[in-house]
Amino acid sequence: MLRWIVWRDLTLAWRRRSDMLSTVFFFVIVVSLFPLGIGPETQLLRSIAPGVVWVAALLASMLSLGRLFANDYQDGTLEQLLLTPQPLFMVVLGKVLAQWIVSEIPLVLIAPLVGLQFDVPRETLWILVVSLLVGTPVLSLIGAVGAALTLGLRGGGVLISILILPLYIPALIFGAGAVEASIMGTSPAPHLYLLGAFAIVSLIFSPWATAAALRISLE
Amino acid sequence: MVAPTILEVSKLGCVRGDRRLFSGLDLSLAAGTYLQVTGPNGSGKTSLLRILCGLLAPAEGEIKWQGENIRSLAEDYFTSVTYLGHRHGVKDELSAIENLRISNALNGITVSKERAAEVLARMGLAGRESLPARLLSEGQRRRVALARLLTCSTKLWLLDEVMTSLDKRAVALIRSLIEEHLAGGGIAIVATHQDLDVATGLSQRLELAT
Repeated sequence: MLRWIVWRDLTLAWRRRSDMLSTVFFFVIVVSLFPLGIGPETQLLRSIAPGVVWVAALLASMLSLGRLFANDYQDGTLEQLLLTPQPLFMVVLGKVLAQWIVSEIPLVLIAPLVGLQFDVPRETLWILVVSLLVGTPVLSLIGAVGAALTLGLRGGGVLISILILPLYIPALIFGAGAVEASIMGTSPAPHLYLLGAFAIVSLIFSPWATAAALRISLE
Repeated sequence: MVAPTILEVSKLGCVRGDRRLFSGLDLSLAAGTYLQVTGPNGSGKTSLLRILCGLLAPAEGEIKWQGENIRSLAEDYFTSVTYLGHRHGVKDELSAIENLRISNALNGITVSKERAAEVLARMGLAGRESLPARLLSEGQRRRVALARLLTCSTKLWLLDEVMTSLDKRAVALIRSLIEEHLAGGGIAIVATHQDLDVATGLSQRLELAT
């Protein structure tokens, strides 16, 4: 069942590739604006790199999260998904998984390339990839709650940012913290463990919260 | 002999916003019953159907399916219900075949490509089953949604204004589908302004007032 939902959403995403590409381009452009604006000050660039890449990733996932349930809501398929004989959190999990594959994995893959502009050491680029790999599921999972709550509201796009960005702060602190630790030459492991713990907690609670929010939004 | 009641609704009330749409609604439907829900716009036809399928919680009263409250049946209830709303639930990016197969798969029914094509041909979509649904007309998309009635094995059908934008032949087809369903012991609840003239022994009519 989970397989069918993931497959369905991946097929839909593939048929609307432009949506996916716009998220990636947004990420690349936002990250690239900083070196261009600040100029070739290596020391400064190196110290802001972790924060800039992570903040850009948060903003980019805001773009794609607005669409997580909105399209299905408009054409009535979300109602049908709610009426399938399976726990709703499974449906949510499938959709979030598909969203993560479509919108977050490309960011993780392209992050080392955009990170090069900040003149960070090569092993730090690896830590950047790992931190995003562990941290982006948190973004998708928590974002899904916001997407479900703001479903069908006017100005939902702005509302979801106000609602969800504060909840991203722990992920931002530990994610950027891991990269920063690596630049400073200390171990990024504690940050990554905490980020991983945060990911597990959101994996456990967010699908239920999202399912409850969806039921309320569809009433 | 009186057929046993399968769906029982008692003292159902619905409030949307600060308006009371209906209250104290009682219904008892046995296998093979056709219930036509009529009433002016805004009288609560859609709300009633959404309450009956479990999407909407009633303000008061309860609904029992085979003696059990649908709230406690939760997902198990959905194995017995097919709800088609006035939004089709058809994905524009997917073809008719994909739409049909995926919506069935999500309900736990595997439909092969051949079977899906066969069903869509019966719905009058032969030759168009591989086109993305966004290229189909409104009525054809409606037919894609209705094709699910041929593949599902649910007992309770809730159809909300499904006849809009359908031509005469399609309406006749829906009528024969509903008649087959009723003959097989199913229940159909249809919210509509048009009289369908379904041939059945057990026909009820519910008129909602504003």
